[in-house]
Amino acid sequence: MAYTKDEILELLQEVKDPEIPVLSLVDLGVITDVDITEAGHVTVQMTPTFSGCPAMEYMKQEVEQSLERHGIRSHTVKMSFDKPWDSNKISERGRKALQEYGLAPPPKYDLILDLDILDYATCPNCHSTNTTMRSPFGPTLCRSLHYCNDCRQMFEQFKPL
Amino acid sequence: MNAPALKDLLFKLADDQLVLGHRNSEWTGLGPILEEDIAFSSMAQDKIGHSLAFYTLLHEELGEQDPDTLAFTRPATEFHNSQLVELPNGEYDFSLIRHFLYDNAEIIRFESLSQSSYTPVAKVATKLKGEIKYHVLHANTWLTNLGSSTEEAILRLQSSLNELLPYALGMFEQSKYEAELIADGIYSGEEAIKTEWLKRIKNVLAKTDLQLPDPDTTAPVLGGRYGTHTPHLQALIDEMSEVFKCDPGAEW
Repeated sequence: MAYTKDEILELLQEVKDPEIPVLSLVDLGVITDVDITEAGHVTVQMTPTFSGCPAMEYMKQEVEQSLERHGIRSHTVKMSFDKPWDSNKISERGRKALQEYGLAPPPKYDLILDLDILDYATCPNCHSTNTTMRSPFGPTLCRSLHYCNDCRQMFEQFKPL
Repeated sequence: MNAPALKDLLFKLADDQLVLGHRNSEWTGLGPILEEDIAFSSMAQDKIGHSLAFYTLLHEELGEQDPDTLAFTRPATEFHNSQLVELPNGEYDFSLIRHFLYDNAEIIRFESLSQSSYTPVAKVATKLKGEIKYHVLHANTWLTNLGSSTEEAILRLQSSLNELLPYALGMFEQSKYEAELIADGIYSGEEAIKTEWLKRIKNVLAKTDLQLPDPDTTAPVLGGRYGTHTPHLQALIDEMSEVFKCDPGAEW
């Protein structure tokens, strides 16, 4: 059967970020476009979150396997910087999933990254804004380390980029 | 398109990042505190990712060999990195000063290249200038905090700054294609980058007790951009490529 672009985006919801298993690649915003030719060839465009992210090749393979599972044999998955990723591209559903997972979603910003916004992370556990950034580098390239002065817990934030 | 000039530009960018990325990775497991261990390891991962982006352009757009071959099989004499990045890590103060001097220049290079008339490099630079902000934030925060703290911290940082400034000035060694790159709108050129860099590092140093030696009377250490290196670089390459060279055709 032939799929529409929206149907393909919906079926790709099953492909999750390998390091944040509640967040789909579609909601993460790394799938930038889906193109279907009249002959039924499907091209999925992807872009990395951070260019040094070691999981990108794995994510690409997962997308290919998902397409195969749904009977889409004729496909190309392309990785490029044509539409570069930024953290505003994480969907509302994605932000909610991050929050529930215990990871503070990145604050939305006007794309002129003023690093002061890093200091205003909201604690995902108690929702306090009385928090301190401990390091802009965390367990993966896309996370920073913070401390909540109210509930006294360390937490991580998905970095704004 | 001026291929020799572009290759010269991309090799110096890629080689700087690969070599400094490797040096940063040598802090893994040795950082003075856990957060710094993680920070230098993360920056290593970013920098090697950034070098890969430029080696990929050299391969896909300009007909050079694949990124692994470029990274692991060239001798030191074919590397275009500045000597600043190849020096051994030394103690933490030395690595921190190098990180501060290097990344404050790198972000200006990426900002400039994001406006390049050569679209493939502009796309990559647009992406990377967001990531490198975190490196600059890290360097400037630590330098500001430690540079006005204890007597020992200030003494150590000042001594490293004095030692590294000549090497840092060597980053801005001009390419033989400098005039063409500027005329073609590919790159703003080393002199422009250096002027902006001096402005930015002086702003940060002004918040500390550290003194920048006079850059006008400091002789830069040149040669890196033309393949002249300290013996430390070949030793670094030998270690970095040891596994690759065991079986160059292996599928990983």
